[in-house]
Amino acid sequence: MADEDNEVTGNTQQFLDRIPHIKALGVKFVDFSGNRVTVRLPYQEHLVGNTDSGIIAGGAISAVLDNVCGSAVVSFATGMRSFATLDLRIDYMKPARPHEDVFAFAECYKMTRQIAFVRGVAYQDSEDNPVANAAATFMFTGTGIFSKKGEFGA
Amino acid sequence: MNFHDRFKAMKASGDFSGLADALPYTQFMGMSVEIVEGRLITQMAYNDTLIGNTVLPALHGGTLAALLEAAALFQIAYDLETEIMPKVITLTVDYMRSGAPKLTRARAEATRVGRRVANVRAEAWQDNPDKPITAANINFLLS
Repeated sequence: MADEDNEVTGNTQQFLDRIPHIKALGVKFVDFSGNRVTVRLPYQEHLVGNTDSGIIAGGAISAVLDNVCGSAVVSFATGMRSFATLDLRIDYMKPARPHEDVFAFAECYKMTRQIAFVRGVAYQDSEDNPVANAAATFMFTGTGIFSKKGEFGA
Repeated sequence: MNFHDRFKAMKASGDFSGLADALPYTQFMGMSVEIVEGRLITQMAYNDTLIGNTVLPALHGGTLAALLEAAALFQIAYDLETEIMPKVITLTVDYMRSGAPKLTRARAEATRVGRRVANVRAEAWQDNPDKPITAANINFLLS
């Protein structure tokens, strides 16, 4: 997909860097093709949950999954409508291997006027051997990205 | 001192105030633990790097998921006899209200502890504990 298309859908490294928490985690944009957005969380010592094992904390992976699921909504939608996470479920199948990056991708599989339904996966070597599965729903909160609504369902 | 020994020492002394600092991630996230009226409260200090939506502004949903996961983990580690940190199997988070750029507190309660699995419910709030901004149910695998 051409860079201009990525700009329009907001799937670029620049877009990721504009989200303070995502920038702080050091998340890198990897790919956007078809419906799927893929990002990479580089292994960093300060993201470790247990210093004995060196394994990245679940919270960091959850945050990346939440974000990549949101990115999938931005790519699926035809306009830059603002939205917020309604609920997020993550199933951890195995711990991430220490000292290795974690990849995550997400795809929006259904969008209604009010709600977007997304599935995501976190993995290291192969998506067929995932670290975690995610299912997220998002609620559209206004007519544009500059909407100032703060309450869901308002 | 390695993490396992630090955790063991906390169990022995009953002083868990250093628990969030013992995990690089929770320290990075500005989390801290305190006991208030016998209940463990996990706090996440406000920092601009926690923001998800710069327009509202609002905390990133992922930071709240992480806070609830930490609150639940710390509570269960505090409650149980085990010296080994339990592992999260599933985490389900409900987002109820936008998180403002300010301190967030969380508390958790084990709703059911079995031999192999524990279910914990956690809530996070900012101004009013009766108006949580986010809640979660977490299932842990016990060693």
